[in-house]
Amino acid sequence: MTATGIGAPVRRKEDFRFVTGRGRYVDDINRPGQAYAFFVRSPHAHANIRGIDASAALAHPGVLSVLTGDDIAADKVGGLICGWAIFNKDGSPMRAGPHPALAQGKVRYVGDHVAVVIAETLAAARDGAEKVAVDYEVLPAAADIAAARKSGAPQIHEAAPNNAVFDWHLGDKAATDAAFARARHVTKLEIVNNRLAPNPMEPRAAVGEYDFGSDSFTLYTTSQNPHVARLVLSAFIGIAPEHKLRVVAPDVGGGFGSKIFIYAEETVCVWASRKVGRPVKWTCDRTEAFLCDAHGRDHVTHAELAIGDNNRIIGLRVHTDANLGAYLSTFASSVPTYLYAPLLSGQYDIPAIYAQVDAWYTNTAPVDAYRGAGRPEATFVVERLVEVAARELRMDPAEFRRANFVRTFPHQTPVIMAYDAGDYEASLKKAQEMHDVKGFGARKAASAAKGKLRGLGYSAYIEACGIAPSAAVGSLGAGVGLWESAEVRVNPIGTVEILTGSHSHGQGHETTFAQLVSDRLGIPIDNVSIVHGDTDKVQMGMGTYGSRSGAVGMSAIYKALDKIEAKAKKVAAHVLEASETDIEFKDGKFTVKGTDKAADFGTIALNAYIAHKFSGQELEPGLKESAFWDPTNFTFPAGVHICEVEFDPADGVVRIDRWTAVDDFGKVINPLIVEGQVHGGIAQGVGQALYEGAVYDEAGQLVTASYMDYCMPRADNLPSYNVGMTVTPCPSNPLGIKGCGEAGAIAAPPAVINAITDALGHENISMPATPEKVWRAAQGVVPRQAAE
Amino acid sequence: MYEFTHHAATSVADAVGALGEGKFLAGGQTLLPTMKQRLAMPGHLVDLGKVAELRGVEEKGDVLVVKAMTRHVEVATSALVARAVPGLEKLAGMIGDPAVRNRGTIGGSIANNDPTADYPAACLALKATIVTNTRRISADDYFTGLFSTALEDGELITAVEFPKAKLHYAKFPNPASRYAMVGVAIVKGADGVRVAVTGSGGDGVFRWSEAEAKLKADFSAGALEGMKADAAGMMSDIHGSAEYRAHLVGVMARRALSES
Repeated sequence: MTATGIGAPVRRKEDFRFVTGRGRYVDDINRPGQAYAFFVRSPHAHANIRGIDASAALAHPGVLSVLTGDDIAADKVGGLICGWAIFNKDGSPMRAGPHPALAQGKVRYVGDHVAVVIAETLAAARDGAEKVAVDYEVLPAAADIAAARKSGAPQIHEAAPNNAVFDWHLGDKAATDAAFARARHVTKLEIVNNRLAPNPMEPRAAVGEYDFGSDSFTLYTTSQNPHVARLVLSAFIGIAPEHKLRVVAPDVGGGFGSKIFIYAEETVCVWASRKVGRPVKWTCDRTEAFLCDAHGRDHVTHAELAIGDNNRIIGLRVHTDANLGAYLSTFASSVPTYLYAPLLSGQYDIPAIYAQVDAWYTNTAPVDAYRGAGRPEATFVVERLVEVAARELRMDPAEFRRANFVRTFPHQTPVIMAYDAGDYEASLKKAQEMHDVKGFGARKAASAAKGKLRGLGYSAYIEACGIAPSAAVGSLGAGVGLWESAEVRVNPIGTVEILTGSHSHGQGHETTFAQLVSDRLGIPIDNVSIVHGDTDKVQMGMGTYGSRSGAVGMSAIYKALDKIEAKAKKVAAHVLEASETDIEFKDGKFTVKGTDKAADFGTIALNAYIAHKFSGQELEPGLKESAFWDPTNFTFPAGVHICEVEFDPADGVVRIDRWTAVDDFGKVINPLIVEGQVHGGIAQGVGQALYEGAVYDEAGQLVTASYMDYCMPRADNLPSYNVGMTVTPCPSNPLGIKGCGEAGAIAAPPAVINAITDALGHENISMPATPEKVWRAAQGVVPRQAAE
Repeated sequence: MYEFTHHAATSVADAVGALGEGKFLAGGQTLLPTMKQRLAMPGHLVDLGKVAELRGVEEKGDVLVVKAMTRHVEVATSALVARAVPGLEKLAGMIGDPAVRNRGTIGGSIANNDPTADYPAACLALKATIVTNTRRISADDYFTGLFSTALEDGELITAVEFPKAKLHYAKFPNPASRYAMVGVAIVKGADGVRVAVTGSGGDGVFRWSEAEAKLKADFSAGALEGMKADAAGMMSDIHGSAEYRAHLVGVMARRALSES
């Protein structure tokens, strides 16, 4: 390992500009002649629009234009799409209603886009928006699943009778029912997976610009996947063909999934820029973000675990109702289906699994992928079930898990996934040692002496990331392939530019990707720059989500580097006057086998371009190669997290006393960055477990529309983490890496709730476990020493 | 934010004279965010930031005078405050976050009388006197309900006078906003025992007379064992029901005495 190569804890190259305010975000971009957009949003959860009178707004000084659903329809701009087709149990397609970028006759959630006011200044646009008179016929609203599925519920979309989007299932129902019929013990749980608002530090923003000279558009947008945005805006929404639409996603301040999707606002900005003949800028404010960024989670699940002889799990059965909100966001349908149910086997050898998932429209913001996307929901089901089962069987929860671990690989689960590598026992053992599980009894006694309750909870999670083999996801309904592209441009003096379809919005690609190149080509890390986020520079890419940039994006770079090395060897053979088969490349040097002849990488790069040592007929000049990598399987990061909590039953405030995370991410490029991802993921998972919840009232008004009411986890809520790793290299990509971006958020929630319920001695607590809920749950619970 | 005019006052007299239909701007920690969200729309602001006579902390006989534009951070770090009214500096140090404490002022806080602010509990428990440009108002008469005070239109708080006494204060912060969900201030002073509760009352800060009666006989946390406030009239929201808040009033009162 070199100081900047694979495995080195290199400090992030990009952080200097971020922490010194030199980042360049979409809101930092200002185009000549730019105008500002402000959206008129629905104050009602459900209403018909009888009319829109923009005359007073248009008369307001500075207002340039007011555009509505009629205008966008007249221009034949298509609606927003859901890119993953799900089929009902009977084989019929899901029932999706239209999703116009500006409402056409009806609004379906508070914050829905009614009109846009474009003005010389943001203040004038806001003033104008207040003067747009909208005549609403307010309709009854269905603000949650229970309200949406009731007979006589308000009908949100004509296309979806009774608000049912799909009823989907996975697994073998008959085999699973048979396992339950012969079970010696059945554990049952009712689970609510709370709805979350994504809260990236940078709110979304967009600048649309139309160039009359070239008849082409540029969209600057806060996107995790600018090429997918261009594809959707071109092929489906019909703004412009791809060669007439450039999409730029510059520095982006966090996404957590919420910036994967193609939203109304950027669609409107780019369309409106030609309409008004001016660049149009929109920057989301925080309240708009709460209202309109796609939310995450929001499942209600009945889960059952069947246990046979020798405490072996023989079946798992779940019925999940998923709230998809008022419209189907870009990947909404995939989250509670193919990103959820295939993970229900957890780390366990479970012969029979059956999942039924019913998805519902409600009068709330659209729900889509949020850090983990389906996998946190599945992990919460599995890890709560096994914990409770162990308690009911009076077994140590760790031993119960051990008894059921998958131990041989590859392992085919009954729900699609084929686990390729792992060692779950190794992570559990290491986590128990690092955590000092043996000392828990003494710590619990010490807490009891202070009148406090203490509990310990495990979460042995697995996730599927590095998504994903294109043909496989295509067969499951995905509208796109999930490969990644890379281009390696070696400059004449040997510096390197990597063009990648991955997008970095906090992940540190400028560092890790450069480490891979530095390691492979033996050049300093500072001689490598990473280019991403611009469809004019990078030809095509699928973007960053699902912890895929390492496993998929870097594999594409690796494949392109293979080609670079092969070409460079041909050049070296000419320069060193040797046979190509005798050229060896190591540590940045080309050598001729058995001689002392050598040339460094820069010399060969220069010779590739000056092309004096070979003829263009036998070898093309230049050193630039590209590759597309389509993975052969998902990757399966897994690990064990242990959370230990303490609280005073008098107030119910849960304090996390210690946290141990042992993760198997396969081969690690930069342990510093990976550890940071684990920290951030745990913080988000703890947020879900203890603090966060997007709450609507019965009328569909968002109660938690600001940080006064939406509780984010803060530094003083979180412990100093013990982070460890185990390594089983991933066999499904050339680098052996698995992906780490979502693991913490997937692992953490059940660890927290298992710890709280361990302290309480009963299971009646839901997320977020707020002080009041814990106080109520702790009534009558007496602090005492551990049972052992 | 809507358009407004701005006057940087140089003295109390100048500020009062320049007010017109406008609003005083103290630290701006509530007013400015509210204006940014277009929830408040004053057409004119009289900025008190440069009024030197409104700044500072001093001892005057048996009272501590905290002038209206004194920032929370100044109270939190004042040795004089810690000596004269021990506990008041800790309370000031619990307000908001460092950014809020660096800008927010005592006058701004009690003029706004947010029902979840900390200072109103201190003022009521200590029986402070609110000094304005025209008169002196006892804390007993000053806090009149949610965001409502005895101040007349155009009246400007110039200082708060606290009788010297030890202030016991414990706060249960709202997990999201970190305002007080329950804050209990307890003082045993010349005026007897006074217990003031902020954060939870449906009408704002209030005195908890049942606890005062118990503490008169025995000024200790033990005297309040098992006590909780009456849930009737308590605020209730997603962070805490009236019942939970009423319970927490007892818990925080006991902590105020046992931990401070």
